[in-house]
Amino acid sequence: MISLESYLVVAAALFSLGLYGILTRKNAVNVLMSIELIFNSANINLIAFSRYVTGDTEGQVFALFVIVIAACEAAVALAIIMSLYRILKGVELTDASALKG
Amino acid sequence: MERIDTLSSLEFFRPEIVLVLSLMWVLIWDLILKNRPRERRAVLVGSTLLGLVIALGFAFAGTDAPSMGLFSNMVALDGFGNVLRILFIVTAIFVLLFTLHSNELKSVHHGELLVLLLTATVALIWMANSINLLMIYLALETVSVASYVMVGYLKSDRLSNEASLKYILFGAVSTGTMLFGLSLLFGLTGSLDLYGIRSALASQEVVASSGPALMVVIVLVLAGIGFKMATVPFHFWCPDVYTGAPTPVTAFLSVGPKVAGFAVLVRFFYGGLSEPIGSANWAMVGSVDWQTILMVVSVLTMTLGNVAALTQTNVKRLLAYSSIAHAGYIMMGAAVLSGEGIQAMIAYMIVYLFMNLGAFLVVIVVHNEVGSFDVKDYAGIWRRAPMLTVVMGVFLFSLMGIPPFAGFLAKWYIFAAVIKAGLGWFAVVGVANSAIGAYYYLKILRTMFIDGDDTPEPTKPMPLQPVYAGLLFVLVVPNIIGLLLWGYLDQVAEYSKRLLDVVL
Repeated sequence: MISLESYLVVAAALFSLGLYGILTRKNAVNVLMSIELIFNSANINLIAFSRYVTGDTEGQVFALFVIVIAACEAAVALAIIMSLYRILKGVELTDASALKG
Repeated sequence: MERIDTLSSLEFFRPEIVLVLSLMWVLIWDLILKNRPRERRAVLVGSTLLGLVIALGFAFAGTDAPSMGLFSNMVALDGFGNVLRILFIVTAIFVLLFTLHSNELKSVHHGELLVLLLTATVALIWMANSINLLMIYLALETVSVASYVMVGYLKSDRLSNEASLKYILFGAVSTGTMLFGLSLLFGLTGSLDLYGIRSALASQEVVASSGPALMVVIVLVLAGIGFKMATVPFHFWCPDVYTGAPTPVTAFLSVGPKVAGFAVLVRFFYGGLSEPIGSANWAMVGSVDWQTILMVVSVLTMTLGNVAALTQTNVKRLLAYSSIAHAGYIMMGAAVLSGEGIQAMIAYMIVYLFMNLGAFLVVIVVHNEVGSFDVKDYAGIWRRAPMLTVVMGVFLFSLMGIPPFAGFLAKWYIFAAVIKAGLGWFAVVGVANSAIGAYYYLKILRTMFIDGDDTPEPTKPMPLQPVYAGLLFVLVVPNIIGLLLWGYLDQVAEYSKRLLDVVL
C-alpha cells in the first residue's frame, strides 16, 4: 500500500514545480498553468489527508470546491489575457510594463 | 458556543440573502432592458442602491442577536462580524455612488459592474465571518474573482487590463499558496473547523509531532491573507493595481478587501491558533511564536509604505502606498493579542473608511475636470475650487493623524492598545512612521494651495456634481467632528471585540 508520505512528497514536488514555473516563465498562459499545478498539489494533500488522517469526506469535499474555483479563476484569467492580447498583440509578461514606479 | 443548523441559520442571514437576491435581480433587469439604455441605467442603479440599503437595515437590526456558529459552524455570528458587515455595506453604497459621474466609467455599461460590486460585497461579509477553512478559502476566492474583473473593467484601456492581469496572477499565486498551507494544516490537526484546529493544537502530541510544519503553514497562510491586506512582502501588486483600476474600483479595493483580510487574520489567528484567557485576552497555542511574525510584518509594512510613498508623483500610486502604510498600523492592533487591540483595529478601520474613501472621491472629482492623476496637475486647484481643497485638506490631515481630526483619534487608540500590552518600542515605531507619512500628504496639499500661483491663466470654477458634493459632505463631517463621535465609536469598538468564543 502506498504510504501517506509518498502522496505528500508528490504534492510538495508539484507545489515547488508550480512556484518555479511562476518565477521563471514569461508567458502569461504558462504562468497560469503553473498556478494550476499549485492548486492541484493542494488537492492531492487534501485527499490524501482525508483518506489517511481523518477518514471522512471533509477533505474530499474541499478538493471538489477547489477544482470548481480553479476553473472559475482560469476562465477569468484567460478572458483577461485575451483582452490584453487585443491591445498588446502578445501575452508576454514583459510587455505589460506600462505600470511601474 | 452554540451551533445551529442550516434552516434556523437563515433567519440571521438576512442581509446576505437580500444582497444575493438583488444581484440576481440586477443581472436579470440588465438583460430585459437591453434596448432601453436610459431606463436601464436608472433601474439598475436604483435597485442596487435599494438592495444595499435594505441589507444595511437588516444588518443594523441583526446587531442584538446572540453569538453563535451558523450553518453548523461554518459562519460566525458575533459582534465583530456584525460591525464589519455594516462597514462593508456602507463601503459598497459609497462606491456605487462614486461610479455615477466618474469620467473614467462614462464610456462603459455599468450593469456588470454593479453585479460584481454586489458579489464582492456579499463575499466580503462571508470572508469576515468564516470560521471554517473551506469557507475562508471560498469567500476569499469569490472576493478575488469579482475584484479581478472590476479592476479590468475598462476593456479598451491598456492600464486597466495590465493592472487586472497583474492582480489575477499575483492573486492566484497567493491564494494557491495559502490553499497549500490550509491543506497542510488540515493534515496536522485533522479538522477544517478553526475551533477544532485550536483544540487539536492545544494537545501536546500534535505539537510535538508536527515539528516545523506549523511554521510552514503559518507562512503559507500569511501569503494569502497578506495579499488581501497588501502587507509586506505581498504588496507588490498594490501600487500597480490601484493605478490601473478605475478610481471608484480603487476606492473599493483600498477599503473592502483590505478590511476583510484583517478580519480573516483575526478569525484565523485568534480563532485557530490561540485561545482566550480571562475576558478578551488571548494566548498562543502551538509551538510557533506568530505574534512576533505579525509584529515584524507590521513594522516592515508601515515603514516600506511610508518610505516608498515619499517619491511618488501619481496621486493614485501615492494613496496606494499610503494604504499599505495604514495596513501596517491596523496590523499593530492585530498583533497585540488583546481585546483592546481588536477594539483599536475596528475603530481604525471605521475611521479609515471615511478618510480614505473621501480622499479617493476628491481624486475622482479632480480627474473629471483636469483629466490627470499627476500630483503636479493639482497645482492651483485652490483658486478654482477652494472648498474642495479644504475638504481634501481635512482628509489628508486625518490620514496623517493630526488632531483634532478623526484619524488622530484612531491612531491614538491603536498606540494606546499597543502600549497597554507593554510593547512601547512598537508604538514608537508607529509614531515615527506617522511623522514620515506627514511629508507626502503635505506635498499634495502644498501643490494644491501654493503651486501654480504664477501662471496667469484665468481661474474658472470647477464644476461639482450635486451627488459628489453630498458625498463629500457625508464623508468629511465625521472626520472633522471625530472628537464628538468618540463615545459612540468607542461603544461600537467595545461591542466588536465580542468574538464568537469570548464570554464577557
